[in-house]
Amino acid sequence: MNTRRLVYAGAMVAALAGTSALSGCAVEPWVKPYERERLADPIMQFSRDMLPDRHRAHIHDVREGARGATGVQGGGCGCN
Amino acid sequence: MAATSAWQRALRAFAALLPGRRTANATQLAGLVGGMLASGGAQAVTLPEDRAEAMIHAYDGGGVRATGPALLVRKSLADRVTLSGTYYVDMVSNASIDVVTTASPFKETRSEFGLGLDYAYRDSLVTLSATSSSEPDYKSDSVSLDVSQEVFGGMTAVSLGFTRGSDKVGQAGTPGFFDSAKHWKYRLGVTQIVTPTWLMSANLEAISDDGYLGSPYRVARVFGAAVPERVPRTRSSRAVKLRSISEVVPGTALRAEYRYFWDNWDIRAHTAEIGATRHLGDAWLGEGFLRVHKQKGALFYSDNAASETTYVSRNRQLSDFNNFSVGTQLSYLYARVPGKYEIRANVSYEFVRFKFSEFTDIRNGQLYSHDANVMQLYVSATF
Repeated sequence: MNTRRLVYAGAMVAALAGTSALSGCAVEPWVKPYERERLADPIMQFSRDMLPDRHRAHIHDVREGARGATGVQGGGCGCN
Repeated sequence: MAATSAWQRALRAFAALLPGRRTANATQLAGLVGGMLASGGAQAVTLPEDRAEAMIHAYDGGGVRATGPALLVRKSLADRVTLSGTYYVDMVSNASIDVVTTASPFKETRSEFGLGLDYAYRDSLVTLSATSSSEPDYKSDSVSLDVSQEVFGGMTAVSLGFTRGSDKVGQAGTPGFFDSAKHWKYRLGVTQIVTPTWLMSANLEAISDDGYLGSPYRVARVFGAAVPERVPRTRSSRAVKLRSISEVVPGTALRAEYRYFWDNWDIRAHTAEIGATRHLGDAWLGEGFLRVHKQKGALFYSDNAASETTYVSRNRQLSDFNNFSVGTQLSYLYARVPGKYEIRANVSYEFVRFKFSEFTDIRNGQLYSHDANVMQLYVSATF
């Protein structure tokens, strides 16, 4: 069990190291910074506000068997 | 060479957060954060904006009513640091089918406090947060570390996260706690700018649990007789989620999400959601969405077991079922001074129908289903 978690940790840190290295790569962005104005519009946000998203995530966590990968950072709860 | 040693320090510090070590001390955390920061690129990432949210929320369905206030405040202290605090209350009145058929309706309150710290350095954003949730028979604490980094000229954002949770489980009428549970969560996410009007993201999360994962109140049925449920003390799950959002016509965006979930209790779940958001004039924003969730139940779930097994549960959350939601949200721009502040008033409503495939209402022998209403009324402000 601990070995598996150690592998997870190593993989995640290695992934981060990889992305850090990639950040220095000379890849030409095909969407220029001045073309990103529309992406800042409220309608283009996966999450506009934090509290309502957490509320919905909590409702789903408590009432469904699935969990995780929501993109919403949540706290602990007495879900049982 | 310097970067390599920084990452070695980071790896050692991250490993120290894993189970088997009691706590991570400040030096280890500093090593981890330092390792991340040592590898930063040349571009600047922006901190989350200063904001405040105040919400009243309500869930009413299946005999359960949960309402309460929630607050969030986030404020930057310097150019590179923001601090945030959250307060969330659930006042629960429970007369669910489990409760009315095997126990007595009850009321209880859950309070949750959270603190967060965001630190931006070059193109990395490091977030350290902690939450503490408390109710009369359950206490839960967690610490999270998330790192987000922009790559490819800001076209791609990669995020990694880890949460360590620790719960104490009690039972009403009995002082103290009789058992505990620990949780480990590992997250990986990628968000990609595809075109000037199209974003996509992929999230993966692995969660492991160890400890008491059932409920001291819930009963299972074996040969028609009520017995205390018996749930495994470990669980390991994975979930992957794909999201896309695109401004299909000026002023209107379409969103689509899909999540696949699987775990070693043999639960498999598909969740899909689509939504459309549109500007309605200068001040209003409207959204409509549909959500579908369908899952296959756990191996040890049984409505009425016909044999004795090591584990048995009649927790309908672990059964075969599906639910369908339809919802809407309206947002009104109350005041806005560009570059200074913006205040919005928001209301949302969601109707949910739960339909269980193998959970019987023992009062009438029919398969159980119920509806629920979810409401949120909140004000959000950036400043």
